[in-house]
Amino acid sequence: MVTEFTPWASFGGGLLIGLAAVLLMAGLGRIFGATGIVSGFVFADSREEFAWRAALVVGMLIAPALVFLTRGQWPTIDVPVSPLLLVVGGLIVGIGTSLGSGCTSGHGVCGLSRLSGRSLVAVPVFMTTAAVTVYISRHVLGA
Amino acid sequence: MKFLFAIVTGIIFGLGITLSGMINPAKVLNFFDLAGSWDPSLAFVMGGAVVMTFFGYRLVWRRAKPLFSSRFHHPSSSAVDKRLIIGSALFGIGWGLAGFCPGAALPALGTGRWDVVLFVFAMVVGMGLARVLERWLNASRLIETADS
Repeated sequence: MVTEFTPWASFGGGLLIGLAAVLLMAGLGRIFGATGIVSGFVFADSREEFAWRAALVVGMLIAPALVFLTRGQWPTIDVPVSPLLLVVGGLIVGIGTSLGSGCTSGHGVCGLSRLSGRSLVAVPVFMTTAAVTVYISRHVLGA
Repeated sequence: MKFLFAIVTGIIFGLGITLSGMINPAKVLNFFDLAGSWDPSLAFVMGGAVVMTFFGYRLVWRRAKPLFSSRFHHPSSSAVDKRLIIGSALFGIGWGLAGFCPGAALPALGTGRWDVVLFVFAMVVGMGLARVLERWLNASRLIETADS
């Protein structure tokens, strides 16, 4: 499935993602890592740790509805893989991001901006394995 | 006030994920499909986000402390270890299979689509499994140390 190249919208969206990361640091002094936010929200050790993450999750969940209210249509989501792959992929994403302590937002956006040594290793590793996985599933196995 | 601030921050993040196209797995997977229907858009998402965060962080860190907290919480670990590499490698594999990463999946979940629910549920189960595994590994390491 071909998707349209959207450099301006993507760059603008990236600026907003960065703005959210900066605001969270300015307000709560925290890294905007989606892995830690989800994991700390679901498996909270204390109420104090849970509350601000729950607020972030609520904000993230209502964002597409705000888009719907202003533009009259839901954002485009095309899932070109089977439900089985979504489940297998989801499991592996959950295990991997927990072991590696971060994902695209935590290591990618925040970690690279902090020039974190761990993130400078993590990002090329997950970008490479993602590209290899897509190559194998689309061009070797032809799924 | 602190929580209102966090909700608004979450909304801005979610709008960024939506506008950028990160919310769409077809677009994400095409970014990685260099040999096929390549869509370089995601490089622009990452570029915009890192430029904003890199300079924004440096402005914020000039202050003594955040608005609603007593200090800046920086990740304490700096070790590049096996866990980091294996975990990141696995994350990339899962991302390449499903097309969702955690930060894109949450705003996508807000559309109420059943397939996103399926992905997020599996992801949370995976996070739980990793926690159990780590607790078990830590416990067995403690026993080993106690034995020796």
